[in-house]
Amino acid sequence: MERKTKIKAEDGKQEIWITREFDLPVDMLFMAYEDPEIVSQWMGTQVLKLENRNHGSYLFETTDLMGNKHRFNGTIHEVVPNQRITRTFEMENTPFPIQLEYLEFEALDDYKSTLTMHVVYKSVDDRDSMLKLPFAQGINMAHNRLQDVVGRLK
Amino acid sequence: MELRRDVFQAIADPTRRAIITLVAANAMTPGAIAAEFDSSRQTISKHIQILTECELLGQEQQGREIYYHFNPQKFKEIADFIEPFRNMWDDRFNTLEQVMKKRMNK
Repeated sequence: MERKTKIKAEDGKQEIWITREFDLPVDMLFMAYEDPEIVSQWMGTQVLKLENRNHGSYLFETTDLMGNKHRFNGTIHEVVPNQRITRTFEMENTPFPIQLEYLEFEALDDYKSTLTMHVVYKSVDDRDSMLKLPFAQGINMAHNRLQDVVGRLK
Repeated sequence: MELRRDVFQAIADPTRRAIITLVAANAMTPGAIAAEFDSSRQTISKHIQILTECELLGQEQQGREIYYHFNPQKFKEIADFIEPFRNMWDDRFNTLEQVMKKRMNK
């Protein structure tokens, strides 16, 4: 199956672009980022806090197969409904520095939309280690949870 | 003994990236490569050695000269390291799409 998600990661740069076209109207795509219950379903994480507004913040908690808990949090700087979310992302208790994420939502027509995530890392090395993370771990924990969710949907 | 070279470390250096770009167009002798840079021949030769050790460059003897050429297979391995990351996001987004479609059909 063709992968619809595109990643642009130029050599020697501390940023990446993740783009994806969805068979969803832009407001439905945006809702998937706004509603804590929906976020929890597709991210495979527990949403402890999600304040999608200017000066807001979020806190997610994922439990891996070994029962260890991993927390992710960030500050939400700007929210423009159906257009834009600007936020930071931090993996707690890891050496990875905080990253900055610019999410742009765009309607292609009434039924299709695009999401572009522009992620800025602290350094080129930090970006590369982050990109290699799922590779290094072999099986990503969140990925596993996702498989479960997808399995149940089918 | 030299440490085993890391490909990512190898391409992190701008001079080495420039060397890769040069030989990707045409196989070149170390002298011809060095002539393209202001750095000393020794410095360039060290860069070539690192690139060869991590197999980004291959060597070929032609008469008395050694020619260096680009190894696209090794470069593909670098491109491939992004694949698991891309797949992780693609799986997440697929789930997002399914979850939302289900809601729309309700």
